[in-house]
Amino acid sequence: MSTTRRDFLKTTGSLTLAFCLPLELKGAAAQAPEPAFQPNGMLRIDPDGSVTIWATRTEMGQGVRTSMSMVVAEELEADWSKVKVLQASTAPRFGDLGVTGGSQTTLSTTMALRKVGAQAREMLLQAAADTWGVAKAECVAREGQIRHASTKRNLAYGDLVARAGRLTPPPEPPLKAPKDFRILGKDARRVDGPDLVTGRAQFATDLHLPGMLVASIERCPVFGGKVKSFDASAALKVPGVKQVLEVSSGVAVFAEDTWAAFAGREALKVQWDEGPAAKVDSAALRRQFEARLKTPGKVVRQEGDAAQALPKAAKRIKATYDAPFLAHATMEPMVAVADVKPGRCMIWAPTQAPGMALPAVEKITGLKADQIEIQVTLAGGGFGRRAMADFIADAVECSKAVGAPVKAQWTRPDDFQHDGYRPATLHELEAGLDAQGRPVAWRHRFVGPSIAASNHFPWPPEATELAGAADLAYAIPNLHVEWGQSDTPVPIWFWRAVPASFNPFVTESFLDELAHAAGKDPLDFRLANLPKGPKKLGKDTFDPARYRAVLKLAAAKAGWRTRKLPKGWGRGIAAHAYLDCGTYVAQVAEVEAKAGGGIRVHRVVCAVDCGMVLNPGNVKAQMEGGIAFGLSAALYDEITLKDGRVTADSFSDHPILLLPSMPKVEVHIVPSDLPPGGVGEPGLPPLAPAVANAVFAATGKRLRSLPLLPPALRKA
Amino acid sequence: MAAFTLSVNGQSHTVEAPPDMPLLWVLRDRLQLTGTKFGCGQGLCGACTVHLAGAPTRSCVTPVSAVGTQRITTIEGLDPHGAHPLQRAWIETDVAQCGYCQTGQIMTAAALLAKHPKPTDRDIDAAMGENVCRCGTYLRIREAIHRAAGQRKGVTP
Repeated sequence: MSTTRRDFLKTTGSLTLAFCLPLELKGAAAQAPEPAFQPNGMLRIDPDGSVTIWATRTEMGQGVRTSMSMVVAEELEADWSKVKVLQASTAPRFGDLGVTGGSQTTLSTTMALRKVGAQAREMLLQAAADTWGVAKAECVAREGQIRHASTKRNLAYGDLVARAGRLTPPPEPPLKAPKDFRILGKDARRVDGPDLVTGRAQFATDLHLPGMLVASIERCPVFGGKVKSFDASAALKVPGVKQVLEVSSGVAVFAEDTWAAFAGREALKVQWDEGPAAKVDSAALRRQFEARLKTPGKVVRQEGDAAQALPKAAKRIKATYDAPFLAHATMEPMVAVADVKPGRCMIWAPTQAPGMALPAVEKITGLKADQIEIQVTLAGGGFGRRAMADFIADAVECSKAVGAPVKAQWTRPDDFQHDGYRPATLHELEAGLDAQGRPVAWRHRFVGPSIAASNHFPWPPEATELAGAADLAYAIPNLHVEWGQSDTPVPIWFWRAVPASFNPFVTESFLDELAHAAGKDPLDFRLANLPKGPKKLGKDTFDPARYRAVLKLAAAKAGWRTRKLPKGWGRGIAAHAYLDCGTYVAQVAEVEAKAGGGIRVHRVVCAVDCGMVLNPGNVKAQMEGGIAFGLSAALYDEITLKDGRVTADSFSDHPILLLPSMPKVEVHIVPSDLPPGGVGEPGLPPLAPAVANAVFAATGKRLRSLPLLPPALRKA
Repeated sequence: MAAFTLSVNGQSHTVEAPPDMPLLWVLRDRLQLTGTKFGCGQGLCGACTVHLAGAPTRSCVTPVSAVGTQRITTIEGLDPHGAHPLQRAWIETDVAQCGYCQTGQIMTAAALLAKHPKPTDRDIDAAMGENVCRCGTYLRIREAIHRAAGQRKGVTP
């Protein structure tokens, strides 16, 4: 539904046609060893036959460096074992790196990447044909070689680089038929795996530049607060501390090493002007939402006339649901390294959106975009957080202030307390069933802050809040969905699955309520109330056949109708069509309800239809990850505010799901030849409602508030 | 500042550091052994796990002055070729997503295997139960530990 967001995330240009460089400390300077073959910006073949592919999206665990390279290598007919993957930077000649988010990489880059590989392959074929004086059509490319079958001659790609390099890339190279794929569609291990398990992989926090200082910034604990005054005398006595300066985000302690910077901060005394947000607390925000819920919002979906139909319904069901603010809590706290010099700024940052950070960097440095280069590093988790520019601005401002390279290193408390949070929402729903138990009316009004409005994006305020609500999948003749904007001082931002992290919890739980009220099996009720054929929802088309297929597959594999569960257990189902990235997921959760409100999720069966599968192993990994991330949020996680402050500042008061609580997960992929869709986010939305529906099945108690566990039991 | 002579991955290093400086920052900022990660600085996530005399230890809350002569092993020293059975199993099981926590996970698991060469799921729960992985790779961590121990049973990822 939120097509604006998708448009925003789309890459704006074609793939760069210039020469690309890996993450390296000197920036994009060196030339490739001659005579390498570089048909375009993200691909090089060297005389030794090695293939280098530059990834133009950010790796944060979702596997893009591997899957993007697989796509190029497939069309190139490369020997996968000889492929090396490096990272593109924002140097102007690399083109636009876009935004890595919204599960858009696969959807938005695959065709262009296939073309990159295919162009190179066609040029190598031509080069071989020219060498042998035969027709190109008689030559075959396979695993890094061109073969001429009738004369049994072979030429390795490395032997063809000089000749191929003199040819012009064909504008429309033929693409391989999927049936001929040798790399795509098969499990490929993460290209970064060996570096990650040995500690060789370099994250931004691992960089150390000559003369670099580490900065740690004390921020006002209240959002929007300002420095009134500060006393740095004790901080400056800490060995290793060099300077203490006020910066836009607070007071920065500069030191020779990280520990000295942290220790200096401990010794720093800052007086804050806390500003109006100092009175904000969770209870007040709840009252604000409750008041907003009483007034009409913007109608975001209307079919039939729910107001007329509801009073005529044989049975009416009404409920209130809510979901809290949430932190991203990436494992690598926010960090970036910057080196601002006259006329030049180099940045090393785990950013999901280098292009979105550039305006902030230009403003701080007074430099033009082509004087700034962001080297994108591996990100220790992203989940949307690293599309924010704040942590990059910190490093740039600090480097400029001291005239030296600076690593701006956040602490874990900084990270919890100064996030862009997943918005909190409050929902009221009413539905009517006819005498046969069919849903005849559905009214859903929900309120919360707008990510679009809070961050001044040029979209309607509701654009970022509707998925999972306005695109309700079910065919209900009288349908009315309203969203009311209720902004707060709490900074908010994209968080894995964005509104689909809360709306499907509400809608798929409430639908379950209707099924039970109708006396119907929740799976049957879902299957019976889908539209007959494809249905346009906003700019996207919902395909009930795909939705039905994932529901049926998850149910069958889970033994929905057959498997006997132990006493005290329940089973719940939920699904979500992540229309934005073309992926449909259904999940069945098996849950043990314990005395006192405890919940143990034992098993999650997941069915996913993400179109054509690039790397099945990665699809499974992302479903597992989405389920774990979703389960942590479903059971424990909540950001609360008191006196204008986020109360959590550690993993002990904001627990993350741990290994002993991880359920068994079984992922089943629906075979498909539709265009490949995203998988980073779609595994998350069905999890919370599947678990809540299972708890109801086990206990008869409907949980309508996230997180599901009572406060005393929220321990991972 | 004081001078500390540390035994790290079989080599002796003398570093200048304040006595309360956590071992994590000595390793990362003094010795450039950056495979040991900063996750929380509060001893709560396990990303900074190293071995101290063979025992898994949260280096972010271990002052350098408390280390003494105990042998320190980091991910860089777990195996001279980076080919410890756990490292191989981690690659074969394709455990890592973002990978940031994985060196701490592997160091914790290595200490477990040293004590329990054939760990049960319960042993794994107990040993690995306080290492956070935000990407949620837990099933594969369990599988990789079983694989490294030569047991192919356990949970299939």
